[in-house]
Amino acid sequence: MIEKSIHEINNRIKDGSVNVVTAEEMVDIVAELGVEDATREVDVVTTGTFGAMCSSGVWLNFGHSEPPIKMSKVWLNNVEAYSGVAAVDAFIGAGQLSDTEGMGYGGAHVIEDLVRGRSVDLHATAYGTDSYPRKVLDTTINIYDLNQAIMLNPRNAYQKYNAATNGTSRTIYTYMGSLLPNYGNVTYSGAGVLSPLSNDPTYQTIGTGTRIFLGGAQGYIVGEGTQHSPQNDFATLMLKGDLKEMSSKYIRAANFHAYGTSLYVGMGIPIPVINEKVALSTAVTDDDIVTNVLDYGIPSRDRPPLRTVTYGELRSGMIELNGKEVPTSSMSSFKTARKIAEELKDWIQNGEFFVTAPVEHLPSQTACNPMKQTGTSPLVDDIMSKNVVIIEQTASFHQAAKMIMDNAYDHLPVVSENNELVGIVTAWDISKAVARDEHNLVKDIMTKKVMTANPDDPVEVAARTLDKNSVSAMPVINANRNVIGIITSDDISKLLARRV
Amino acid sequence: MMLKINISSDVVVNPILAESIIETGGLLNISQAHFDSTHGEVIADIDKDHFKAIKNALTAKGAQVIVLDYPIVRDEEECIECGACISVCHVNVFSFSRDWSLEMDTDKCIQCGTCIKMCPHNALTLEH
Repeated sequence: MIEKSIHEINNRIKDGSVNVVTAEEMVDIVAELGVEDATREVDVVTTGTFGAMCSSGVWLNFGHSEPPIKMSKVWLNNVEAYSGVAAVDAFIGAGQLSDTEGMGYGGAHVIEDLVRGRSVDLHATAYGTDSYPRKVLDTTINIYDLNQAIMLNPRNAYQKYNAATNGTSRTIYTYMGSLLPNYGNVTYSGAGVLSPLSNDPTYQTIGTGTRIFLGGAQGYIVGEGTQHSPQNDFATLMLKGDLKEMSSKYIRAANFHAYGTSLYVGMGIPIPVINEKVALSTAVTDDDIVTNVLDYGIPSRDRPPLRTVTYGELRSGMIELNGKEVPTSSMSSFKTARKIAEELKDWIQNGEFFVTAPVEHLPSQTACNPMKQTGTSPLVDDIMSKNVVIIEQTASFHQAAKMIMDNAYDHLPVVSENNELVGIVTAWDISKAVARDEHNLVKDIMTKKVMTANPDDPVEVAARTLDKNSVSAMPVINANRNVIGIITSDDISKLLARRV
Repeated sequence: MMLKINISSDVVVNPILAESIIETGGLLNISQAHFDSTHGEVIADIDKDHFKAIKNALTAKGAQVIVLDYPIVRDEEECIECGACISVCHVNVFSFSRDWSLEMDTDKCIQCGTCIKMCPHNALTLEH
């Protein structure tokens, strides 16, 4: 059994004899030399990743104004930062949107502007106290004017991430990008073979205090990240670093259409090869890392996996889904991940970066639990009309008109012979048929593309579907597409009226 | 060459695409077609030799032919080469090279704009 101490490895970094390779290179080295010789041969394995990490932000200290202010609210380029701490400290979060520009500009853009040395408008308000009399402040600052700009990211560097697709009939816009209808594409994130946590999944060398590459500078691991979920290989890290030393090559703002802003963070962890177990874990390949493909069309936190998939399959550009070849897209940049692993390797080889032993190991038993919700949210089943009038598709247009008149309903779900929903007829469809003098069967005049709800959908989800499609009613169907009710915008208004 | 063929409602009932193809022998390769009650819009590829003939034939039958020569433009400073654009492009403009750099074959671009919304870094634009 070969053992190397951190001290020994750092001495080799000091005298220039250290052997550093990237996690990609390590795969072949272990395959060629075997684990034992690879452990002897290689001292440090570098990793890297560059992807969207929404849970990122920066603590800023502006220095005291004259007269002093105890900021209760603060904005940077119209993006609100959190200042519920001492007088002139604030945390700017990547996902906070501009009050004036919406999704086009957010906290992530403020952070990138700061990194690039650009000027940023600072606006602050306060209630005024004896020692902090000022109530309003407006000034312009850049990163050099700040006492501190400390990046502190609560959740970064996911070990791996679910791949995303969309089973609905329309394009949806998510933090995993545009997902085309009918499983038209699959997106994924993560550096696979170079993924930092996948190269040391039992945290033998990674923990609190580990020195890392963060945004082009040296940073540190604070500890486990939020939602750290080691038991299903979804470990995360909380990271810190000095924004003043970072580079816009590795800190970049992003906008996800109709979703919001996020920050692309470049980070990498050096893994000291202290024993054979570590050497073996750094030989992980894309084909060894397995994740799930989830349908993001399901508006719930519980999305059953459609299939499992390896990063090797995802990175090939196509995967099979429901018997069809579907193109894949990476949302993170492998090219930049590689650059980070290479740059970190250079730093270590040049004696500019020393490896560390963790002060504390990361927890390996914690779980990421769902939210406890005390108020129950009403479901479609609770408020839908159950005595719904339906019509067969072979009925005449006159029968439909008469049914709408007799029942004072605006919408008639249309069903096939075996009672499955096939369309919907509205008073508007009838008027259109009359105006055009087309006295056909219901199936000729009905709208075939009909939005539907499930009885156990939360009302919020149904309301969003109605709103997005500009319709005022939807049939509620069961798994066999039988119509079991109808939900209208009226039902939802009544629910809200009752609550108020 | 990529063409956009606009067909107004008064001629949409006539098989003008088929007629023009038969008349000129130009093999229009249709990649996108949208029709509604007010107009039709077809995106199609044609080889250079047949462009003039097919354009004249279509125009004579009441269509409007526009050459799509302003394909998607990538801002290389903003682009981080993630490859998000690859899977949303039906005509495969984007691909990775061996070293995971993003490559573009803009001759294929039909200027649909889908990739613009996909790009997390606002690196893609259509200048027209």
